[in-house]
Amino acid sequence: MIWQAFWAVVRRDLLLAWRRKSEGLSAVFFFVVVAALFPLGIGPELNVLRNIAPGVLWVGALLSSMLALQRLFEADYRDGTLEQMALSPVAMPLLIGAKMLAHWLVSGLPLVLLAPVLGLQFDLSGDALVTLTLALLVGTPILSLVGGVGAALTLGVRGGGVLLSLLVLPLFVPVLVFGAGAVEAQVSGLGVQAHLSILMAMLLPAVFFGPLASAFALRIALE
Amino acid sequence: MNILRANFLFHYAGPQAFYGLAGRLWPWCAALAAVFGLWGLWLGFMVAPADAQQGEGYRIIFVHVPASWMSMVIYMAMAFWSVLGLTFNTRLSGMMTRALAPTGAMFAFLSLWTGALWGKPMWGAWWVWDARLTSELILFFLYLGYIALTSAIDDQRRGDRAGALIAIVGAINVPIIYFSVKWWNTLHQGASVSLTKSPSMAQVMLWGMLLMALCFWLYTIALVLYRVRTTILHRESHTAWVRAIAQEAA
Amino acid sequence: MLTISNISCVRGHKPLFAPVSFSLQAGQALHLEGDNGVGKTSLLRIICGLSPADAGEILWNGSSLNKQNPEVVESFRASLCYMGHNLSLKDELTPIENLLFDAQVAGRSLSHEKGMGALRKIELNNRAHLPLRVLSQGQKRRTALARLSVSEAKLWVLDEPFVALDAQSLDNLRALLANHVLQGGMLLFTSHQVVELSQPNGHALDVQPIRLVAA
Repeated sequence: MIWQAFWAVVRRDLLLAWRRKSEGLSAVFFFVVVAALFPLGIGPELNVLRNIAPGVLWVGALLSSMLALQRLFEADYRDGTLEQMALSPVAMPLLIGAKMLAHWLVSGLPLVLLAPVLGLQFDLSGDALVTLTLALLVGTPILSLVGGVGAALTLGVRGGGVLLSLLVLPLFVPVLVFGAGAVEAQVSGLGVQAHLSILMAMLLPAVFFGPLASAFALRIALE
Repeated sequence: MNILRANFLFHYAGPQAFYGLAGRLWPWCAALAAVFGLWGLWLGFMVAPADAQQGEGYRIIFVHVPASWMSMVIYMAMAFWSVLGLTFNTRLSGMMTRALAPTGAMFAFLSLWTGALWGKPMWGAWWVWDARLTSELILFFLYLGYIALTSAIDDQRRGDRAGALIAIVGAINVPIIYFSVKWWNTLHQGASVSLTKSPSMAQVMLWGMLLMALCFWLYTIALVLYRVRTTILHRESHTAWVRAIAQEAA
Repeated sequence: MLTISNISCVRGHKPLFAPVSFSLQAGQALHLEGDNGVGKTSLLRIICGLSPADAGEILWNGSSLNKQNPEVVESFRASLCYMGHNLSLKDELTPIENLLFDAQVAGRSLSHEKGMGALRKIELNNRAHLPLRVLSQGQKRRTALARLSVSEAKLWVLDEPFVALDAQSLDNLRALLANHVLQGGMLLFTSHQVVELSQPNGHALDVQPIRLVAA
């Protein structure tokens, strides 16, 4: 019964994203645009681009996630569906976790799949591309899980979008440091084990505490 | 904890009683802050000798280091009051946290500026991305985030609780941020600049920093108590005791 | 059994309504009355647990809901069906999808046949596979109310359920509510209109009024 509710929320959100295609695509499009603008702004020198690639691609993913986070709870809050989740006998953190999973599948996974393609534009080596993909695969869920708290706290608040970015920025910094650091370590020949392990070590508590904190924040928003 | 102490604490958890206590305390704190401040500045700028390598410029650490300490301490205090507020649902906790935030942000900002002022004559750059300054910058963003969030929410009660949550989440995040920024800094060898490498401390220099820290500490207490009194009057304006005070003043 | 004891609610430093107490037993219907703005919706949200009360206690089957005991809260929520001003429906989903998802999120199972049956009763089965945004306001409301007919909840808390319904739908809803109460369910609702809930034998169901008074 509980897991049926979990998967029902995932399926519902995926179905809604499919029927409102434009919303899910906009964040992904933003990522592509950012990755294309940097070389235009910096110059075509491949050595330079190779150096800045990990940082640029990770920052692009981060900004794209911040944009996408605004949509996480917005619609449900407005049409009353969020209230029904708060009143369900199924624990709210579980249902919120389901929303975050669906959100990552729509807004995070495409970034993971696109990154190696964009990385080619920056002349990253094959190994570096693999590391980048792995790091994003572990890192982008953290962004969805932890960023949800910011999204929940700024529901229905004036200036929500910018405020959301300000609130989640400090939370994203560790992910950025180790995520980009992993690719740089790969490029300079050092081991990536440490970075990826630390990212995984951040993912596990995020899976537990992200939905919990977000559900708490949502109840505050619903009062 | 014996009954008497518990009663004492719960008594002052009420806004009216706290208003009185704060009113009696803050002038003393302000006076002591002035004393320690003058003493510390005298020691730092008059008595302590010039540093062998860094000359006179190093004296800025008498402001920079205590300001950094205070920005950390105040954030921990905010997290403490936030935990209290969410656990016991007291009105005063939200008011205290809100009163602490601007002063904390000010010290973080001061720490960043004095760090830059120190860096320029020493290393030739206005900003150096060392671990501590970068962490301080992110701490500043944490303060700004709290202030922006609580200001944007109209309902006071919801604002208090939302702010409490973000303060606690931020507090948990601070060590993680510091660790990751340190890692990031050692990774990119670049300038092995460290603003934490303070000059070998003579006794008098340590005393100077300690006194300045005490000064900032007491200044914070005085200012926060004063500020929270205003907040209490504003929030409890519908109660009889506040109306009595207003009528007395009129 | 639901017991409300001296509940009061503060908005902007002033209490909204005078402290209110009542209890709701199985097979009973309560009509919450009061002037506009007195706080009927706020009280319903407090009862459901969405907003906290500023004073007073709510008891469910004798246990207090204030203390946040997880078992009591879970049992309460499993027995509750709340409908607020928002329809709590997704415009991009069809009526049948809305009903099925809604049931699953609430931890209940609902078969496709039962869902279609409920929609047939309110004559939406022809439209059951169209997205909600192409339906009329009245049809959307009927879909929201169809949730009630497939709900197994004992306690129905409804905020203005009779709004924007045509005569036929109004009759259907009155019969649905009366049936629920007669079978031992509990009903708490607000309504600006004077509505009678009639039993199958034609007699009016006894609905007790609870009046909210401004503080």
